[in-house]
Amino acid sequence: MSGEAGRAILIEGIEKAFGKTRILKGVCLNLREGEFLSLVGPSGCGKTTLLRIIAGLESADAGSVRIGGKDVTRLRAADRDIAMVFQNYALYPHLSVAQNLAVPLVMRRLSSLERVPLLRHLVPGHAQRRSAINAQVQQAAEMLRLGHLLHRRPAELSGGQRQRVALGRALVRQPSAFLMDEPLSNLDAELRAGTRREIVELHRRAGVTTIYVTHDQVEAMTMSDRVAVMMEGELLQLGTPREVYENPADLRVAGFLGSPRINTLPVCSAPDGIRLGALHLPLQAEVAPGAELTLGLRPEALHLAAEGLAVQIEHLEFLGAEVLLHARLAAPDARLTARLPIAVAAQLQRGDAVHLRADWSAALLFGADGARIASSASELCLNA
Amino acid sequence: MRPGEERSLLHDLPRLALLGLGACFILLPYVWMFAASLKPGSEIFRDSLTLWPERFYAIENYGKALSEVPMLRFLFNGALVCALILVFQMLFAVPAAYALAKLRWRGREFLFGLIMLGLLIPYHVPALPLYVVFARAGLLDSFAALVLPFTISVFGIFLFRQAFKSLPDELIHAARMDGMSELSIVWRVIMPNAWPAATAFATFSIVAHWNDLFWPLIVVQSHAMATPALGVLFFRAEEAGNDVGALMAAAVMVTAPMIILFLLAQRRFIQGIATAGLKG
Ligand SMILES: Nc1ncnc2c1ncn2[C@@H]1O[C@H](COP(=O)(O)OP(=O)(O)O)[C@@H](O)[C@H]1O
Ligand SMILES: [Mg+2]
Repeated sequence: MSGEAGRAILIEGIEKAFGKTRILKGVCLNLREGEFLSLVGPSGCGKTTLLRIIAGLESADAGSVRIGGKDVTRLRAADRDIAMVFQNYALYPHLSVAQNLAVPLVMRRLSSLERVPLLRHLVPGHAQRRSAINAQVQQAAEMLRLGHLLHRRPAELSGGQRQRVALGRALVRQPSAFLMDEPLSNLDAELRAGTRREIVELHRRAGVTTIYVTHDQVEAMTMSDRVAVMMEGELLQLGTPREVYENPADLRVAGFLGSPRINTLPVCSAPDGIRLGALHLPLQAEVAPGAELTLGLRPEALHLAAEGLAVQIEHLEFLGAEVLLHARLAAPDARLTARLPIAVAAQLQRGDAVHLRADWSAALLFGADGARIASSASELCLNA
Repeated sequence: MRPGEERSLLHDLPRLALLGLGACFILLPYVWMFAASLKPGSEIFRDSLTLWPERFYAIENYGKALSEVPMLRFLFNGALVCALILVFQMLFAVPAAYALAKLRWRGREFLFGLIMLGLLIPYHVPALPLYVVFARAGLLDSFAALVLPFTISVFGIFLFRQAFKSLPDELIHAARMDGMSELSIVWRVIMPNAWPAATAFATFSIVAHWNDLFWPLIVVQSHAMATPALGVLFFRAEEAGNDVGALMAAAVMVTAPMIILFLLAQRRFIQGIATAGLKG
């Protein structure tokens, strides 16, 4: 699709409450022209609500939405030049695929007189406009491999086909932004992977600014230019997939992104550094002595070693190229998960006592409120 | 044939027999009406009960019903009045139901409460004040008098609201994004997807107003404005006297359109009742 480049989107201070429950607590978000941004967070954190506000389907209690520099906060959904793909597709059940695809064009380009059967033939220029619409529908259908389904009703399509019709209906009118609300959540795993790639490719071709909502962190990480992590109505972090994974700003972000989950251990700061129980950790951070902290270690930051954290293996998960090792740390009592190459873990058995060495340069420290605390691995101990 | 199918039919037999018996019982008066419309008067009141006439008298009976009163005119009036009432009821009830089911505004619940209250009031209650209004306006004995009091149906609003409630919000949101106005949404998206409810409502409405005797009796005096039910009454009072055969012929002609209509709409009608009852 030739499509003009997408517009920048700027969202500032969005507040929304349903009754007394605050759902969105001052959300700010900025998207560059043509950017693909994933909005990720657990179910019920307000993603759909935010998307509806951006689309103009719901009004915000406070805050503003700007698209391409223009304030659209007060505009109707239809006038915002945005298209949306809904979680349940929301295709018109009584219309054929071709008619579904044509609706946004018909409603925009034809006058109300032209939409009346019979009467429409009296309006000058109708035939040309109608054939232009048909050509565009045809083009969108070809692009999404829907050409042979144009005469079917949505009920006669598979989930993946409905999904593509929903995408087609969104892109047929070449909007300046796409909003997608968990578009893959109703597809099976295999179809999901394929459609994921297809959506990325469509975005690359059309260059339309896209906000992609998902609760699936894999989708968020694999598809997007940047990821926005939202929780309980707050935007916790906005950055590239690598940034938010390697450098999470909040314990909740670290916990949400990455599978298996990040390991967390209670630690405290002592005058001579960070301590895990009695163990002195090779970590340095600028915190007051005596502060309760949380140490975060990704499963891939733990390695099997001759010495280090003494653990007992509780469970081994075979993943093909890798093995997930679930183990219990004796003191302090905690569970750890390590991601190990198959070669290393081949001999291990449930109940074995082994040692895990941490890659301290990848360790993450969080304060009692969950906020990230800058830390560094001390030289001395890296060698140890 | 699946295994066990035969047994399940046997299993259902008592139930089917009971239902069949009930159906026969309910149908009997209609069968008698139809049989009587084919017989001469002397045969109808004989002490032996026969279904089929000995002397075929249909042409005389139906001929009399058609010639002595303008029976076709009554049927036409009935069709026109029912159609007008239905059109206006839909025109008002459907958007109102949409607003009650899918739009958020202050006072919605209160207004819906009032509508529920309206359901409790039988239409005979406001008949007298309405009569006075029409009399003052000089509108007695007109189609306006037959149609206007029924143009707003609280039952219709209620039924459609329940049906619309079960349609997904996302469908409406998609329509708004596609550039539809609220009225376009009502007629282009909501209605085409609420056909079972519409059919159910149409059936209720048409049957009720086709058979209505009470209101036409109040506002109509002339043959030219009479609806079918009232027409039969005129026929009985004025011409037929005690010619039961002809009277039954008139009754058959009046009920036949409704029976045909119901048979045509049956499946959708039952779907509509089911959805209105379960959802919401
Ligand atoms: N129209 C509404 N009325 C009341 N509460 C709502 C409404 N819409 C959403 N909510 C509530 O807002 C919260 C966030 O919902 P939503 O934005 O759909 O979350 P998400 O899409 O992230 O799963 C939920 O707790 C939900 O119950
Ligand atoms: Mg959602």
